[in-house]
Amino acid sequence: MTTVAAKPATMAEALRRALRDALREDPSVHVLGEDIGTLGGVFRITDGLAAEFGDDRCTDTPLAEAGILGAAVGMAMYGLRPVVEMQFDAFAYPSFEQLISHVARMRNRTRGAMPLPVTVRVPYGGGIGGVEHHSDSSEAYYMATPGLHVVTPGTVGDAYGLLRAAIASDDPVVFLEPKRLYWSKATWSPEAPEPVEPIGRAVVRRPGTSATLITYGPSVPVCLEAADAARAEGWDLEVVDLRSLVPFDDETVTASVRRTGRAVVVHESTGFGGPGGEIAARVTERCFHHLEAPVLRVAGFDIPYPPPMLERHHLPGVDRVLDAVARLQWETES
Amino acid sequence: MKKSSTPVQEPPGTDAHRPTPPPAWRPRTDPAPLLPDAEPFRVLGTDAAAGADPALLLRLYGELVRGRRYNTQATALTRQGRLAVYPSSTGQEACQIAAALALSERDWLFPSYRDTLALVARGLDPVRALTLLRGDWHSGYDPYEYRVAPLSTPLATQLPHAVGLAHAARLKGDDVVALALVGDGGTSEGDFHEALNFAAVWRAPVVFLVQNNGFAISVPLAKQTAAPSLAHKAVGYGMPGRLVDGNDALAVHTVLGEALARARRGAGPTLVEAVTYRIDAHTNADDASRYRSEAEVEMWRAHDPVLLLERELTGRGLLDRRGVERAAEAAEEMAARLRDRMNAEPALDPADLFGYVYATPTSQLCEQADQLRAELAAEMEAEAEAGLPDAAQPPEAPGRTGPSGGPGVPGGTGGAGAGERP
Repeated sequence: MTTVAAKPATMAEALRRALRDALREDPSVHVLGEDIGTLGGVFRITDGLAAEFGDDRCTDTPLAEAGILGAAVGMAMYGLRPVVEMQFDAFAYPSFEQLISHVARMRNRTRGAMPLPVTVRVPYGGGIGGVEHHSDSSEAYYMATPGLHVVTPGTVGDAYGLLRAAIASDDPVVFLEPKRLYWSKATWSPEAPEPVEPIGRAVVRRPGTSATLITYGPSVPVCLEAADAARAEGWDLEVVDLRSLVPFDDETVTASVRRTGRAVVVHESTGFGGPGGEIAARVTERCFHHLEAPVLRVAGFDIPYPPPMLERHHLPGVDRVLDAVARLQWETES
Repeated sequence: MKKSSTPVQEPPGTDAHRPTPPPAWRPRTDPAPLLPDAEPFRVLGTDAAAGADPALLLRLYGELVRGRRYNTQATALTRQGRLAVYPSSTGQEACQIAAALALSERDWLFPSYRDTLALVARGLDPVRALTLLRGDWHSGYDPYEYRVAPLSTPLATQLPHAVGLAHAARLKGDDVVALALVGDGGTSEGDFHEALNFAAVWRAPVVFLVQNNGFAISVPLAKQTAAPSLAHKAVGYGMPGRLVDGNDALAVHTVLGEALARARRGAGPTLVEAVTYRIDAHTNADDASRYRSEAEVEMWRAHDPVLLLERELTGRGLLDRRGVERAAEAAEEMAARLRDRMNAEPALDPADLFGYVYATPTSQLCEQADQLRAELAAEMEAEAEAGLPDAAQPPEAPGRTGPSGGPGVPGGTGGAGAGERP
């Protein structure tokens, strides 16, 4: 393989490349969804795929999310590896019955005889100025459904690697794409992408010693920025990017918090009933005697996602993260 | 039969001052050939039955008699606590049997929970077909063995699966058709609509069989739809609708055969409505007297699918009293075997709860499997100390009932426990 020099690439480009490579390498991979053919998807993630692979491999479907996912189930039953695009987070809701009652359960129902290797791509989260129903953080619904893997990239490199791993997985994967990171750039070589780790491993995105920020997806850059800003306050923050919400990497998270003794969970999803509650409980159960302070959460407010002109007040930003870090009972330090 | 469509009438006075209209809209498909007949298609008792293959008629009859006995036996097993629940298809046996017999071996069947008889008629082991309703697992057979999808409980959700599978088979160039079963109540679900729409747009080789048995649990068809018939719904999707007497096994077999052949030659999907009647209550847990009269049920008993075929066969001299007795004896033997096997305790392994959720169990599931194993070990120990007579036996029998080997028991550090026989 010739190595091409790494150059700036967007997350959207990395995702497109992942789909294209999967379509090239495996004839059983089929991509289907709304507006993904001629148009290339409303976010252009599938741009050019229908032209390269034909309508049968990259299919514009009727506008019906339950039908799309239900048909994908049947295709997977017949040995194909469908990759479904849901146009926006909130537009995936009509497909929940198929996802929860069939996609997540078919392997279990049939004692392993009928696994369903279906990838469901869902652009999620806010910060793009979207009107109602275009900015939901829906990850908690998926996490609460046994049988699904739930992953979300926070970097350009992970976008490629995780999507390849999701498509290659024999289990169904809900692949949550942080839409406000679609145009984020990183130096990335598509010809020599980072090795694909199996789904289920978190990564320490920035090592530190004072406290651990546990985060994922759209909040990863926020936490990295907060960690940079925290240096001025004398805090050396570690940032753990979960990457995979299910399976949850207790090992990496626990090791980090035991090292630092303090933890803040950061996500856009609502705090009440959101992923942070589960994560904080797991950390507390495993790290209680290492903790110097309660595990705190910085989350979206417990409100329906706000209209775009007010969303900046809702989204956890650097200041809100730093405020939480400041509340980690530093006065007890000797 | 051919019907002519009438042109849409302009409302009076709309032509004044109207700018030049865009090119006139035309229907994309002539709806006339898609329309179902006014009356359900029937063969038995008509002159057309004379041309039927006697071997097919006798096969259908034998299966119907067996099917009726299977239904009564399964219902009896619920009263003995051997089945958690049984949604009987008594009265609908013609649909169940014809559906199974019309398919070729390579085709796929997508059943709902009332269709275990169709599974049995397709060749599945009746005990495995009843696993869901017995409650020892959610499904008891490998779907690939007989090309039968697991029984679907959420209504109509199996229909898009049938479409997707048929679509995939067509893309691969395989000669495979999918037959999806649904009830009259299921036609109100969104998945029914989405499946039919996808099927027609994709010209998928799939046939939808609606068993219109008159009731969705208690709600009659009149409260379910205002359509002229359920078969008429096909027209809105651009596929033909066929209406058939669902108690006439030969008619159902014929109509399904034609629809399957149509799908097989690439002409696309068909919606078949079979008009039938659920003689029994919704399940053993239902009380049908709350929503329908005995007089109505009696009317349908006079149009019983077994009787209709028996009358045809005896009338044509293809079946005599001895033949009727032989069919009944064969059915009785099947019922006795089923009874015996269902009276044996099913093999259960609590470790299975964790073994099939993912290809590889997560670390969290391994921990939980360990926890359950430890709990069961403690339970056994407590029973042994209490000196219970069966204390030496673990609470479940060994082995698996499932058709396929699974990834096995996760964890395995919990000591001698439930899943591991001494």
